[in-house]
Amino acid sequence: MSFWWRKRREEELDAEVRSHLEMAARERMERGKTAEEAEHAARREFGNVGLVREVTRDAWGWGALDRLMQDLRFGLRILAKSPGFTAVAILTLALGIGANTALFSVVNGVLLNPLPYPEPEQLVELRESKPNFATGSISYPNFLDWQKDNRTFASMAIVRGNRSFTLTGLGEAEQVDAVFMSTGFFEQLGVNPVLGRAFAPGEDRIGAAPTVMITGGFWKRKLGSAQDILGKSLTLDGRGYTIIGIIPASFDLLGSLRTPEMYVPIGQWSNPLLMNRAAGLGIGGIGRLKPGVTVQQARADMERVTQNLAAAYPETDKGIGAAVIPLRKWLLGSVEPFLLVLFGAVGFVLLIACVNVANLLLARSTGRAHEFAIRAALGAGQGRIVRQLLTESMLLAVIGGGLGVLLAAAGTRAALGVLPTTLLRATDVVVDGRVLLFAGSISLLAGICFGLVPALKTRKPGVHETLKEGGRGGSGARHRAQGALVAAEMALALVLLIGAGLMVRTLAALWNVNPGFEANKVMTFGFSLPPSMRNASPEAIRAKLREVHDKFQAAPGVQGVAFSWGATPLQGDDEWLFWIDGQPKPASESEMNWAIDYVVDYDYLRIMGIPLKSGRFFTAQDDEHAARVAVVDEVLANQFFAGQSAIGKHLHLSGGEILEIVGVVGHVKQWGLDTDDKETLRAQLYTPFMQLPAKGIGGGAGVVVRSDQPAAVFQSIRQANNQMSSEQVVFGAQTMSEVIASSLAERRFSMILFGIFAGLALLLASIGIYGVVSYLAGQRTHEIGIRMALGAKQTDVLRMVLGAGMKMTVIGIFIGLLAALGLTRLMANLLFGVSATDPLTFVGVGTILAIVALAACHVPARRATRVDPVVALRYE
Amino acid sequence: MVEKKARYQNRIELLQGTLDLLILQTLQWGPQHGYGISVAIRNRSGELLQVDTGSLYPALHRLEKQKWIKAEWRISENKQRAKFYQLTSAGKKQLTRERSKWSQLSDAIAGVLQPGEK
Repeated sequence: MSFWWRKRREEELDAEVRSHLEMAARERMERGKTAEEAEHAARREFGNVGLVREVTRDAWGWGALDRLMQDLRFGLRILAKSPGFTAVAILTLALGIGANTALFSVVNGVLLNPLPYPEPEQLVELRESKPNFATGSISYPNFLDWQKDNRTFASMAIVRGNRSFTLTGLGEAEQVDAVFMSTGFFEQLGVNPVLGRAFAPGEDRIGAAPTVMITGGFWKRKLGSAQDILGKSLTLDGRGYTIIGIIPASFDLLGSLRTPEMYVPIGQWSNPLLMNRAAGLGIGGIGRLKPGVTVQQARADMERVTQNLAAAYPETDKGIGAAVIPLRKWLLGSVEPFLLVLFGAVGFVLLIACVNVANLLLARSTGRAHEFAIRAALGAGQGRIVRQLLTESMLLAVIGGGLGVLLAAAGTRAALGVLPTTLLRATDVVVDGRVLLFAGSISLLAGICFGLVPALKTRKPGVHETLKEGGRGGSGARHRAQGALVAAEMALALVLLIGAGLMVRTLAALWNVNPGFEANKVMTFGFSLPPSMRNASPEAIRAKLREVHDKFQAAPGVQGVAFSWGATPLQGDDEWLFWIDGQPKPASESEMNWAIDYVVDYDYLRIMGIPLKSGRFFTAQDDEHAARVAVVDEVLANQFFAGQSAIGKHLHLSGGEILEIVGVVGHVKQWGLDTDDKETLRAQLYTPFMQLPAKGIGGGAGVVVRSDQPAAVFQSIRQANNQMSSEQVVFGAQTMSEVIASSLAERRFSMILFGIFAGLALLLASIGIYGVVSYLAGQRTHEIGIRMALGAKQTDVLRMVLGAGMKMTVIGIFIGLLAALGLTRLMANLLFGVSATDPLTFVGVGTILAIVALAACHVPARRATRVDPVVALRYE
Repeated sequence: MVEKKARYQNRIELLQGTLDLLILQTLQWGPQHGYGISVAIRNRSGELLQVDTGSLYPALHRLEKQKWIKAEWRISENKQRAKFYQLTSAGKKQLTRERSKWSQLSDAIAGVLQPGEK
């Protein structure tokens, strides 16, 4: 039924009424009346033409829509008539809805959208579970056996990211991030090359001809997207790799720290430990379950596979299991709790916004009580008035919602700038259909919420009472409702403020954690020797490294330089296995002791600012010709040499070397400021860089630099480097302060958002209590005038008005404290160094809220004391 | 206030049902326009029943929507264009039902009233 159908019916109805009137008039004329008299009489008899038309239209069943249009028109007029009220209400709602929509678009993009692969629920992350690592690295030989022996996987593939190659022969030499992988990885994720093909079976084996797949980004950046690129060769670390395919630029290898530009078969990894069954080389796996297979079945299957391997290779595989984790959980498990807590918090902001608007409407409906009474007296049904009020609040909600979506679109873009990079799939955060649907739903829901209270309240008072009151309005019940709403608002705001307070205290506690080294004076970067040095003799490599060390040391601004291999605090870990001299050699590697290894130059301790506890650190004489020595941290010393001195003791490494312990140093928080204390593997072992077999350092190493300007010093090092060789690359510069900051990124992001939400809540709640107290004081002007005329002092009036406001505040704070006691538990896993029910935060934040509320009430209270009794009594 | 409203609603209810019956009955004698129907009811009731246009037209449009009557624009005997309503077969059946319901009702009311009058 269209608008046009309706229009035709209207015209027809007009014609029908007209013909009725004409016939009635004509009959009267036939009885001898004049034309004028006849027409008047016919009209009189017919009655109200407009009314007849309207009730007839109702019979078509279209009255509801008609009335809605009427209500909308009237509602718009009413809203336009009080622009101040309308603006405040709409802005409040826009903030609430906008904040919710923005956060929902993040939740939607990160948590709700399925992973961008076909049948993502069949994908699992595969890891080895080891005594020290629930999700450790898979060794390549074990992977090959897993692949062969399992019965529940359609396919399995491994990846080793965070590798880089020196690219030469294509413009300036540069370090390119790459990923090692096994054949079948892209097929498993349903990714098709835009050009060429993926790795063929067997191409990933050790000894196969070197091939490489490049990303669309690299193709464009270095090769100008040339179509004839397949079969051409790239020189990586001095070797030629044949380009076989191009991976679409849109492909995102989730969970990888850096976005790689090329993919290389794992067999090309010239790591002597690759075929070592016990090696932990940072290899992860992804598997696709056969259709219909559950994760539990796959786990049981892998349990069988790994137990067989443990029986076959007890020395390396005893105690090694397989961790099978749904890929979604693996990738999103860490951000989910953060986002959900934030989503809860932002919901509170919307609730406060609703309460605020409800209060505004309530106050205004008091002013409009007279209008409603007159309309009721003129025959408007109660339902009709409620509907009118609801239409008005819906209008507010829809306009506020529309504005909120615009705010959210802008806000989301801004938020993405501060989002931690660890928050995966941030690129998926867009305002899409689902986000709009969400915004629409919460707007309507909000409209009903805040519209219903005043609408139902309006229904209460009888027409007589209101008309008798002469528009002064205001019954006790309505004031109680307003007071309750203000208290609710205070309670909600308090919960958010406490949440924000706990996050602030968490961050403060984390910043005060001593990482074990002086982060603010240290920067790190990667260094790789020219590819031509790769096959040089150990003597030549060491000589070259010493030369590089001295050149870097001489660069302006540098206070110290040390090569570093193995683990780097908070960045990458590496472990060695050992046993104590004098104890029997353990039967298997899994029964050996583990330590995080730092293979560093003699100056490392001073550069990092790590305290020496006893003995000595390395000297320049601890080189390849000297006896092998080690320095351990306090944790290792206490764990293995409790009650005695570690110095002079010997350690056997799993590779056969024997080290003498010459010193003990402070512990470094390798695993992060927050989690390090909870880890089981914390023992740390330092060995001299020059005592590392030359084969291990042929490619290059990490470099740590001490400087007063750690952020700026890299520039002079780069210059020093480029003067030495055009094929020698320095890359990946990072200050330690940045590393620490990014390790706290998720918490900082949560704190900032919590702070914004809590600030919004505080602002809205202050406006709310200010509005209500002002309004109530205004309503009592008459009473205050009488009191003052009877001798009440200004302080009495001040106390009276403040008292009313503070009563609501205190009730609200009390309820809020109780609610927070229950709710902050939900964010316990976001907190560090502070309890979820931290009394200081609870009391402090409660006090702040009380002071803000007092200030908000003080303004109207002061105004009330300036009431001139004469004016107040004359008024009305 | 509430009571008054309820009484008002009852009156409407009663009138509506009766008016439908009267309209259907009037149309049994042939197609007629709205004005003609109101005149016919007035004349046949001995000027006792005055049909309010505010009830007549909604009733006509409602009956049309229920497909008991259908409408058509024609020229009246006085050469005036008018919308003529006509009973449909469903309308005829409805009239029979309404009539029997009415006679039951009036019998019932008469039965209630009689002993009191004795």
